[in-house]
Amino acid sequence: MCNQTVSLAAAALEQRGITTVVLQFLKDVAIKVGPPRGLLVPFPHGFALGKPLDPAGQRDVLTQALSLLECQDLVPPHLSTYQNSTTTEKEG
Amino acid sequence: MAKTSELSLSVRLFLKAYPWRKINPTPWSPLQKPLSECRFALASSAGFVLPNQEPFDDHVKGGDPSYRWIPTDSDVGSLIETHRSQSFDHSGLEQDPNLGFPLDHFRTFEAEGRIGALNHRHLSFMGSITAPGRFTSRSAPEFSEALADDGVDAVLLVPV
Repeated sequence: MCNQTVSLAAAALEQRGITTVVLQFLKDVAIKVGPPRGLLVPFPHGFALGKPLDPAGQRDVLTQALSLLECQDLVPPHLSTYQNSTTTEKEG
Repeated sequence: MAKTSELSLSVRLFLKAYPWRKINPTPWSPLQKPLSECRFALASSAGFVLPNQEPFDDHVKGGDPSYRWIPTDSDVGSLIETHRSQSFDHSGLEQDPNLGFPLDHFRTFEAEGRIGALNHRHLSFMGSITAPGRFTSRSAPEFSEALADDGVDAVLLVPV
């Protein structure tokens, strides 16, 4: 349910003029709900940024999320898939 | 990515029958300035609370629609996860709350100039809300207005 709840929150924020990016676990749910700007992550529920105590891996996810915010040519709703750009092995 | 096939049968059946709320039309507010000039806030659906805050209520039918403010100077290690769902592994969040509330990473982004500034408060709610009417009609407009009044430009939302 968290996939939907953060997406609904993002919609409310965007309505107030605030730019959002949400992480998502389940592609089918993300497509059904349609958050404005989403990044699909390849990790189990509860591990949105990957491994615990893995700052480099977590930062890589966040960096891609921030990059989505900067894209000016996206068509809403937009859904990207996280691509690991570190050498850190990921969970899931 | 996570697959529904990894979930328990009861959860899969629930998700299959659940009437997902489609966001339509899609509200869209692209950034009006570089990230390095933006005020940033975080939002987490992990149900995090500080030791002096009320935990989220497991017993609210349809899910607790309330939210908490997490001050930006909070110690991430002091956050207590009160998410009611037993359908995921909570051990990662217990070991490293940055997995669901990456405030330490954003402090680094702020120090590096990747973002302009962190807002003085961030958002926490408990995402296991099957009946989101009160969340979308009351809580979400309220916290969105508050963050807009804070001058927040962008928000990262992290589910669990």
